[in-house]
Amino acid sequence: MDRFEWTIGVTGLNATDNPGPGISVIRSLRAHPGFNGKIIGLAYHYLDPGLYASDLIDSAYLIPLPSEGVQSLRQRLEYIKTVTDLSMLIPTLDSEMSGFISLEPELREIGIRMFLPTQQQYDIRSKIRLAEICEKTGFDYPQTRIVSDIESLFQVSAEISFPYMLKGIFYGASLVKTMDEASMAFHRTVAQWGLPVIIQEFLIGEEYDVLAVGDGKGEIVGGLSMKKTSLTDKGKGWAGVVVNNPKFLTMAETFCQVTKWRGPFEMEILKTKDERYFLIEINPRFPAWTYLCVGADQNLPVAVAQLAMGVKPQSLPESKAGTMFVRISLEQVVKIDRLEEIISKGEIHYR
Amino acid sequence: MDMALLNRLKDIAISDSGFIFDPYSGATFNTNETGRFILQLLKEGNGIDAIQSEIRNHFKTSEEDLRSDIYEFINLLKEAQLLPKNFKF
Repeated sequence: MDRFEWTIGVTGLNATDNPGPGISVIRSLRAHPGFNGKIIGLAYHYLDPGLYASDLIDSAYLIPLPSEGVQSLRQRLEYIKTVTDLSMLIPTLDSEMSGFISLEPELREIGIRMFLPTQQQYDIRSKIRLAEICEKTGFDYPQTRIVSDIESLFQVSAEISFPYMLKGIFYGASLVKTMDEASMAFHRTVAQWGLPVIIQEFLIGEEYDVLAVGDGKGEIVGGLSMKKTSLTDKGKGWAGVVVNNPKFLTMAETFCQVTKWRGPFEMEILKTKDERYFLIEINPRFPAWTYLCVGADQNLPVAVAQLAMGVKPQSLPESKAGTMFVRISLEQVVKIDRLEEIISKGEIHYR
Repeated sequence: MDMALLNRLKDIAISDSGFIFDPYSGATFNTNETGRFILQLLKEGNGIDAIQSEIRNHFKTSEEDLRSDIYEFINLLKEAQLLPKNFKF
């Protein structure tokens, strides 16, 4: 069995009702029987719940928001490297991915490895280039328009009939049924995620998600597909089950062959009643439901850690269809001095 | 029954209590003992005559309704997308 003692930094500790993927990734790493390393949590806000998961992280640090620029992030990571033996990072949030990609060469120089897509790969899967990637891969896709001002929203609303989906550039999706709803959703989304917004035809069908890891050479090292069986009011999966429809992994393989994708990605696919498969979007990171892969015999965070460290991942068996997840909310009880530690020092140490 | 369909049927999981999981779509269903019995026979590649005969041997049933009851169950399987719409014995 592979054993590893790496110190791994993971972002996305915002395990809220719209959870970041960090905790799920950390639990997957810890679930590997050969894991003998340390986990460093990296968070943007002192109340990110994952900061207080003392059974999952060894220590944690606040890092600067992506809006503060990559140089302040680099400085912070350099500091963390000096006080920990940080050997690798797994960024998990869309909004930070571009910054980490641009820092990859500098971080490698100081001994922090990552396994991320190139900037070109990252860009091509952007929501605003969905049509382009679908043309290249031969996937079906919903009618999509990019809107940068309210006037264009009115024009597009005449082209794509209601209801349609209005999405933020990084996160957030609203189903809008009228022009009034569209206008409100536009302003709300712009205020939160900036411009542009994406208008997408609303298709009726069953939504599936595929998580896979590309090796950067055109192959996938593993993957699994999942059907959400319960959603929150924000449309986030609260329960799901692993399925075994070969079409989904074939789509992931095609995407990797075409882009030579490097790292984890999540494809959102809608299957219509007439058996057409529409690519809805591709997220350039692990999803919040990543821990399901452990139960399905596909520990993909470990595979990414191995790839980052130049270790060939062992071949993974077929994912176990029927493996389910059902999320749960828990209260973490925290002593006030922990809060003081993170607010005053920007770091917290459990072990 | 063609091989693709047979393989697809073989993948469908049925528990002793009649709980069905379709690994292709992730959908779940419940069926009664007779439904479980018919689905199991379909998974083994049996045709309508064999299914009819097996049911006759295992359950008390009226002969006149038997064939139409099997077809009705087949239609339910089609609606649940466990069998293709164009499925015929």
